[in-house]
Amino acid sequence: MRLIQNKKTSVVLLILIALITLSIYYFATENRKLEKPVSYNKDIRPLLSDRCFTCHGPDINKMKAGLRLDMPTSAFAELPKNKGHYAIVPGSPEKSELIKRIESTDPNIVMPQPESHLSKLTVAEIKIFKRWIKEGAKYEKHWAFVSPQKSSLPKIDNGKWVKNEIDYFIAEKMEEKGLSPNEQAKKENLIKRVYIDLNGLPPTYEELQYWTKNNNENWYTQLIDQVMKKPAYGEKMSLLWLDLARYSDSYGYQDDNIRTQWPWRDWVINAFNRNIHYDEFLRQQIAGDLMPNSNKETILATAFFRNHKYTEEGGVIEEEYRVTNNIDKTRTYGKAILGVTIECAQCHDHKYDPFSAKDYYQLYAFFNISKEKGYEGDVSVSTPAKTPKLYINMEDRKNILAYLNTKDTSRIEVSVMGDTNRPTYILSRGRYDAPDKEVKPAALASIMYFDTLKYPRNRLGLANWTVNKKNPLTARVFVNFIWQDIFGKGLVKTSSDFGLQGELPSHPELLDWLAVDFMDHQWDIKYLVKKLITSATYTQSSNINKDHLQKDPENNYYARSPRIRLKAELIRDWILSTSGLLNKNIGGPSVKPYQPKGVWESTTSGRGQLANYKQDHGEDLYRRGMYTFIKLTAPPPSMMLFDASNRDQCEAKRSNTNTPLQALAMLNDPTVLEASRVLAQKLSGENLSLDEKIQKAFELILIRKPTSSEKSKITTYFKNQEIYLNANKLLVQKTLAVGEYKNGQKSKNELEAAALMKTCMLLYNLEETITKS
Amino acid sequence: MNEFLEHGLNQNRRKFLSKLSLGIGGLALGSLMVPSIFDAKNEDDLFNNILPHFAPKAKRVIYLFQNGAPSQLDLFDYKPMLQKMHGEDLPASIRNGQRLTGMTASQTKFPLAGTRFNFTQNKNTGAYFSETIPHIASISDDLCIIRSLYTEAINHDPALTFFQTGAQVGNRPSMGSWISYGLGSENKNLPAFTVLLSKGRGNGQGVYSKLWSNGFLDSIHQGVQFSSGEEPVKYLSNPEFIDRDDKRKMLDEIADLNQQSYKEIGDPEIVTKIQQYELAYRMQMEVPEVTSLQNEPESIIKMYGPDCLLPGTYAANCLLARKLSESGVRFVQLYHQGWDGHNNLPNELIGQCKDVDQPSAALIKDLKQRGLLDETLVIWGGEFGRTNYCQGPLTKDNYGRDHHPRCFTIWMAGGGVKPGVYGETDDFGYNINSLPVHVHDFHATVMHLMGVDHEKFTFKHLGRRYRLTDVSGNVVKEIIS
Repeated sequence: MRLIQNKKTSVVLLILIALITLSIYYFATENRKLEKPVSYNKDIRPLLSDRCFTCHGPDINKMKAGLRLDMPTSAFAELPKNKGHYAIVPGSPEKSELIKRIESTDPNIVMPQPESHLSKLTVAEIKIFKRWIKEGAKYEKHWAFVSPQKSSLPKIDNGKWVKNEIDYFIAEKMEEKGLSPNEQAKKENLIKRVYIDLNGLPPTYEELQYWTKNNNENWYTQLIDQVMKKPAYGEKMSLLWLDLARYSDSYGYQDDNIRTQWPWRDWVINAFNRNIHYDEFLRQQIAGDLMPNSNKETILATAFFRNHKYTEEGGVIEEEYRVTNNIDKTRTYGKAILGVTIECAQCHDHKYDPFSAKDYYQLYAFFNISKEKGYEGDVSVSTPAKTPKLYINMEDRKNILAYLNTKDTSRIEVSVMGDTNRPTYILSRGRYDAPDKEVKPAALASIMYFDTLKYPRNRLGLANWTVNKKNPLTARVFVNFIWQDIFGKGLVKTSSDFGLQGELPSHPELLDWLAVDFMDHQWDIKYLVKKLITSATYTQSSNINKDHLQKDPENNYYARSPRIRLKAELIRDWILSTSGLLNKNIGGPSVKPYQPKGVWESTTSGRGQLANYKQDHGEDLYRRGMYTFIKLTAPPPSMMLFDASNRDQCEAKRSNTNTPLQALAMLNDPTVLEASRVLAQKLSGENLSLDEKIQKAFELILIRKPTSSEKSKITTYFKNQEIYLNANKLLVQKTLAVGEYKNGQKSKNELEAAALMKTCMLLYNLEETITKS
Repeated sequence: MNEFLEHGLNQNRRKFLSKLSLGIGGLALGSLMVPSIFDAKNEDDLFNNILPHFAPKAKRVIYLFQNGAPSQLDLFDYKPMLQKMHGEDLPASIRNGQRLTGMTASQTKFPLAGTRFNFTQNKNTGAYFSETIPHIASISDDLCIIRSLYTEAINHDPALTFFQTGAQVGNRPSMGSWISYGLGSENKNLPAFTVLLSKGRGNGQGVYSKLWSNGFLDSIHQGVQFSSGEEPVKYLSNPEFIDRDDKRKMLDEIADLNQQSYKEIGDPEIVTKIQQYELAYRMQMEVPEVTSLQNEPESIIKMYGPDCLLPGTYAANCLLARKLSESGVRFVQLYHQGWDGHNNLPNELIGQCKDVDQPSAALIKDLKQRGLLDETLVIWGGEFGRTNYCQGPLTKDNYGRDHHPRCFTIWMAGGGVKPGVYGETDDFGYNINSLPVHVHDFHATVMHLMGVDHEKFTFKHLGRRYRLTDVSGNVVKEIIS
């Protein structure tokens, strides 16, 4: 009995002990989760920057009450205007004036002040501040201004899923969120994706059949290698860079005359195709004229900085525009290469980032020493390039610049960089006519020290500073751009702002890992791209379920591959290529395809060569979208409707809209109509059954086989069209007359061709057609 | 619940909102039905600022932009002193070392040029009008004339860009885009922000599509170019071999197949795509109805003048502006080129006024007779003024005028502005004597009339909160009725 009693007691005791242990463990883990120390970079600085730095940040001219909260020395010091009080007392939130102010409900005391229109801190945000102060108010240097380090790969549960290092980082966060990855995407989806991301073109019918049937276990890497080798790779990769470099074919401003910058565009395509590594790619574009082994090709690269607008308006003040142009160069360098927006410091010390006006003008000085003039006369004396110019003659085009593609044999001139001696002054309030103290060229010291013993004070010094592996930004920013290009958004969503006001990376360790890995592989761009598209993250299906929409509607955790509408240029490419119309020539002067009437005419001043749109004919109607002529004041409407950059300024990210005007363009643009007609006539003439013709049209356009239900619907549509057109025979001729392209022979079965034309039009208008899925 | 909103809830809140053609203000209504939309704290500043901020005086804007800069001295700002001193040099004490454009910087003399035209005065308001604009003079009791506007830019491109976007350089959203983003469209089949272009006979300066650019706002807020005539909106017309029934069949098929792929893939964007194709179809119906001017009665045609039946003229665009505005388009932006009178100004001005005077006045009268003027703000003006001294040869009857940013005249009517004259320039028409109005003040005032507090209406982009008025601007309360 006693024994039993004892036994019972001991069981109860055991259970109790187990329970206590469990609960201790439980609370401990809960606490651990809760008590994860507050991070200055992650939790505090974004709040300070957003609500406090306007008056208590790096801009000392706007500083109020003598208090700076971006530096511990000032934040911990006795308040100059409030003796005996301290903004922050590490360890003691209750003694910290900051807490009193953000908690207060008195409009005279509360911070941020109501008239600032900055919203009051929420209860949760105040709590975070208190904990941070309690934990000692530890400041950290801004994450992006510290060199990236490769951390070890995270431990994850789903080890089977991963294909390369990327997936460890992605899986870790996904698991934290309670999400699991999608299954692997279907083969045909992968084929379409790879072709889009690497070529921006669809596979040919034969290529599609080949890869679909290829069951080699390495088929996917074989596919990537093959597609990456095609010259279309360079074209596709250039799209991003052309937006960043604000490439255009005209000067902008009121008369907006023609210019010749396209040889630089061809340099970029060629550089991607030769896989020039990113450090060299930058070095040539920043300082190709100053390099010891400089030649016409490296000088051409510097046209990167000269792509900005150039005024030819009569009566402008030359110096005003010389300054404006150099401000543009400085901005482009900052946004496109370093991923920082520094233009605020043009007029005053930056409010959020550690860039003073002096820092700004030191950077600006690298460009200000250019030989360039702000004005070389009005449109009546317009030239295709502005000083300094690079002259490219036939000799060069037979040798070093053989890839320049033009039939014109006359000498080509391009605006490039070239230095002279010119002092640079801080311009007070950013005004061209208010020079203040003189400064010497130097890069942004708060990012990385500009050692003048190592770096000359010219663009070559700037270039070498930029691609030094210790530079914390260059690799991160580019890796992030490539991620954005492939996954639709960057790991840092504000891809041209890695500064204090930019968004924090969704996967900081991954970004750093990729950046270091990229540099460890000598900035090899093809290596980087391949790394991304061989990950499990990329190769999973893009289907979306309820769980995704609830837990992660924006797909920040990549539990699915993104679905992204094609870029404007690629929509055109897709249509031309699938129909067989595409002219695959690379480079050369831009062309003028079909465009709605009056786009140029309604905006022009009437002066210059571009007053009227003179549409091209023949082969030039069918060039890739990237070769469509960009007149800055009236950019091509079919591109603008699909969110292309207007190229007015450096642009790092396009929006992605879904509008009725896009629907109208897809339904009524002659390019789509003509492509539908030409493809239909081609199919109609082939020795195939109707069923096979419809099937082939579908596969060509959507890069997969139709389901039986899709096929029966489309076939019904075709048959109804055949009946309708048969009853309205006049329409058949009209349907087959759309567009300028002339087929060799007349269709044998015109009724079939016309009904097929409508069927192809239908297929081009499906959502999936122009979506990377 | 509205299916569009329901679908929107599938998506991320912010993404959804930024894409919404209703604008944020339009969502205030929606939020009554779906309160959870605004539950999130601190999602974006805009959530704390549901638009409009207060009761608007104006629901819609029609902005008649006179591109190239009309001469205030030959239209509104009558200066007998200049006529008296015609040919004499501009006193250095007046010019006071102000900068000049490259066109006149090399002139050794700055001979004053008195206007060649006669002026009449409205006895009620004190406003002056030159003989070149009799129709505008005839509606002067309705006009609020600001003679003391000034800007910072001295060349066309930056000055235009400043007027339209609040900054001289940079790819910022246009005024109309801000309004589209904030207030949305009243008509779900028409865009909130439309643009109409025309050219006069005078020296033209071109316009630029960046003037109606959405900048960093979603591109659904970019101005959509409209015109009267065959193709009122780009890509609107069906090809000649597809009629409306045939198009309907194709759209049904597209929708059916897209629906099927939505079931398979689950991406809400597919549903949006289906809806946008439907909206496109409705636009194809509605737009030609709105833009067709053929059915306007004889009295209206007479009022705007015979040119209003010629597509692409200023007169046609004024009439079209009335129709678009009446149909609920929030912001109608016209540009009319040809005011850049560097030489031969008087003769060019006469030509410009022939095109512009009657239709501008007709628009005001037309809105008034329809009871719409009270809720429609009409703005008329250019990007800067013109100099009181002559550019090029000066004769008794002929002269040219250079750019003058230091003072110029614009007028507004309807939409809650008080008729009268505001601000005064000196006897030389060179400097402002009283009540200066900066471009930022002008923007602040227009926003205010639309029920928007310009300081609160911000958009965070690349780490900075942007607004139309940048970091300054005061509402000119005195001109608000």
